[in-house]
Amino acid sequence: MAEEKGLEQLKKEAAEKAKAAAAAREKGAASAKVKEEPAEKAKPSPNQHILDKYVQEIENHLGKEILEDSYINRLSKDIPTLVAKPDTYRKVAELLKYNEQLAFDYLSELHGGDFETHMEVYVHLYSFTNQQAVALKVKIERSNLEIPSLVPLWEGANWPECETYDLLGIRFTGHPDLKRILLGEEWIGYPLRKDYEPYDVEV
Amino acid sequence: MIQELLQSSPGLLNLGIFSLLAVLLLFVVLGFVTYGILSERKVMGFMQMRIGPNQVGGRWALLQTVADVLKLLIKEDTIPKVADRPLYIIAPVIAFAPAFMVLAALPFTDKFQFADMGIGLLYYIAVSGITTVGIVTAGWASNNKYALLGGMRAAAQMISYEIPLVMSVVGIVLLTGSLNLNEIVEAQKNIWYIVLQPVAFIVFLIASVAELNRVPFDLPEAESELVAGYHVEYSGFRWAMFMLSEYVYMFAMASLTTILFLGGWHPLPFLGFIPAAVWFALKFSLVIYLLIWIRVTFPRLRADQLMEFGWKVLLPVALANIFVTALLKELFSMF
Amino acid sequence: MIRTEEMLLNVGPQHPSTHGVFRLVIKIDGEIIKEATPVIGYLHRGTEKLAEDLQYTQIIPYTDRMDYLAAMTNNYVLCHAVETMAGIIAPDRAEYLRVIAMELGRIASHLVWWGTYLLDIGATSPFLYAFREREMIINMLNELSGARLTFNYMRVGGVKWDAPEGWIQKVHDFVPYMREQLEGYHQLVTGNEIFMSRVKGIGSYTKEDAINYSLSGANLRCTGVKWDLRKNEPYSIYDRFDFDIPVRQDGDAWARYHCRLEEIEESLKILEQAVEQFPQDGPILAKVPKIIKPPKGESFVRIESPRGEIGCYIASNGKKEPYRLKFRRPSFYNLQILPKLLKGENMANLITILGAIDIVLGEVDG
Repeated sequence: MAEEKGLEQLKKEAAEKAKAAAAAREKGAASAKVKEEPAEKAKPSPNQHILDKYVQEIENHLGKEILEDSYINRLSKDIPTLVAKPDTYRKVAELLKYNEQLAFDYLSELHGGDFETHMEVYVHLYSFTNQQAVALKVKIERSNLEIPSLVPLWEGANWPECETYDLLGIRFTGHPDLKRILLGEEWIGYPLRKDYEPYDVEV
Repeated sequence: MIQELLQSSPGLLNLGIFSLLAVLLLFVVLGFVTYGILSERKVMGFMQMRIGPNQVGGRWALLQTVADVLKLLIKEDTIPKVADRPLYIIAPVIAFAPAFMVLAALPFTDKFQFADMGIGLLYYIAVSGITTVGIVTAGWASNNKYALLGGMRAAAQMISYEIPLVMSVVGIVLLTGSLNLNEIVEAQKNIWYIVLQPVAFIVFLIASVAELNRVPFDLPEAESELVAGYHVEYSGFRWAMFMLSEYVYMFAMASLTTILFLGGWHPLPFLGFIPAAVWFALKFSLVIYLLIWIRVTFPRLRADQLMEFGWKVLLPVALANIFVTALLKELFSMF
Repeated sequence: MIRTEEMLLNVGPQHPSTHGVFRLVIKIDGEIIKEATPVIGYLHRGTEKLAEDLQYTQIIPYTDRMDYLAAMTNNYVLCHAVETMAGIIAPDRAEYLRVIAMELGRIASHLVWWGTYLLDIGATSPFLYAFREREMIINMLNELSGARLTFNYMRVGGVKWDAPEGWIQKVHDFVPYMREQLEGYHQLVTGNEIFMSRVKGIGSYTKEDAINYSLSGANLRCTGVKWDLRKNEPYSIYDRFDFDIPVRQDGDAWARYHCRLEEIEESLKILEQAVEQFPQDGPILAKVPKIIKPPKGESFVRIESPRGEIGCYIASNGKKEPYRLKFRRPSFYNLQILPKLLKGENMANLITILGAIDIVLGEVDG
């Protein structure tokens, strides 16, 4: 009798588990749908013309093949994104700041990232005069981690560049006072690099 | 009695009596400081909508300050290694001794007083200035930059505010014709000097708050700027000496204000049946309350604004007050 | 012979007015500052590095510890970034709860600023008044999230807890109370001569400087730039509320003071409307998978925290942990202008200027 009950119990439990698994699968499918969404709306972004304007302006002033790439980043609220080359990065930045059509006077964010094959500096700019935003990116070779500093253009790039140098080891040439701002000069290694090995493995 | 003692020939007996009296007064003052601090904390608590101390010694925390003093006495006495040792040790004494000395000149009632000096007012102001030497010494001897800055601020502040303080009471001296504090009180039998000399009272009050190094003139120990100013390195009973001298000065300054402007121990009309000592205590408490109120209300002045205010506002006002007082006195005496 | 000497003074890392472990090495001549060098990093905990080994939901508690005075906005910026990437839309009720929590946090944060700023200037009482009101907010948020400071309240796609019974009414009652108190604040402090002389014209900079130095929040608005991400780049449901952006023209500490106090009023307006529009019922969490995996790519979003523009950058490679996570921390950017402002000022103004920038060290150091 007791055994029978136990069996029933087990059966019930198994059924419940199966139900839960089914529910989870459903959920998973729902999330997959969510993910597919961006792909579905293949129609051009409302910001496409803004990006075209930027690219046009840059091509007019600096010539073609200045940018490595330019696209609308749909994951980031459709922001026009420009990818400069390391040697044109500074020129593009200068144009972005001083050109009247662009006039990006506000540096909202600057940081770097290690993508193993290369490193990247990501700059988010905003123009108070024209009410528009742009993301400027540059890919740097891991063998030569040097890039011109933006401090002469935007004072606000000062500490963020120090931080990037501190955590990733990207050197900004022309920076007035490049120092390891958070960790201190005696720190060994650059923690945000993917190949960084923490001193204490346990932590 | 004291007058007789002062005039008697020196000997072991009156040395003993003097010492005894001094110790007695010291305990009275310490008693005041103990409960002055408690009442300040309680009043501040009331004004800031919190409870204040209420644990040690019953609901009113009557033993709170006693416990605090005990704690300070048994605390470790630290002296920085690079401090100027002799000066560091003597500085609290220099700061405290004058605070106690000035009390000798103050007539609390017509009976309860120690030295009836002809130049009582001048004595008070002169002796109280010495404390600043102690503060500057402490600032210098600590060998700490914050302490040094605090000491310098204290010196500058003392110089700037001692002058308007003295100038503001000159009007009273003119009206009374004496520097003797007893005579000044006597002269207010009918009408208090706060009525006759309102401008002088305001200047005196402001300058006295500055002399006491209290908010809004607490620059020498400005916590948020100089951490603790001149006494940043002091601990234990040496630090307690500074605190003590501060509160003894508060006691002395409130007494002096009462004597100079609020008619000392004289009662209000028709209320003469209340003893003189109670009158004095009432007026004195009122001044203390005012000092606490000022402390709770105001933010701190900046050093340069403090100087400007002292030299460009208080001093001219005090001088003008002297001039007008002298003029009026002459005019009234003509008729 | 009289000789003068410049003195090197370490303000901090342990100093009553640096609001945490911030160090400022100043060269002073008497009390005049010749040069100031900020030293930061004492509170660096490597949030971004830690986040690379954590799932998105697990990162949320870490954001609480950045700007610990307004942890709700920090929670939100991370959730918002993930939601933007994964295309998740939080249900209405959740958004209202988020906005109410964030605005309460904004008021609490400004109250702390107000109290401690006056404490820096030497007035002791306002601190206690401000904390009395803040305590009420903290208690409300405690009822909502179960924590007083490190809320860990928001989740990707919504919030963790629904409002307890009667909570909305409490917020509703708080608004008029706070308005009354604000009036008292103005009576107590704003008209005070000493206070005015301490802050008027102190630490002023131009609009161009503010933009050039990437300042944000009240530090930017005090120079006349009408810029608030809640209005200019509306996120969440902020476009449903009617409120103003307080702006001042002078760019000094006095202007910043007014901007912040007026922001409290605007937040109260938002709270009032949010409570009115609050949906009776509905889910508080969108249907999201247990393990969130945003699509491959990168995203940068920014929102308005009490201290300015707080941003979150996520680079994802489609896994459950972010590949690279980066927070744009407003205090870190705002603090950059400090050495420029301090040159030639005296010790007392140092405190006034530093206080007016309104930094939180947990955020500066990341």
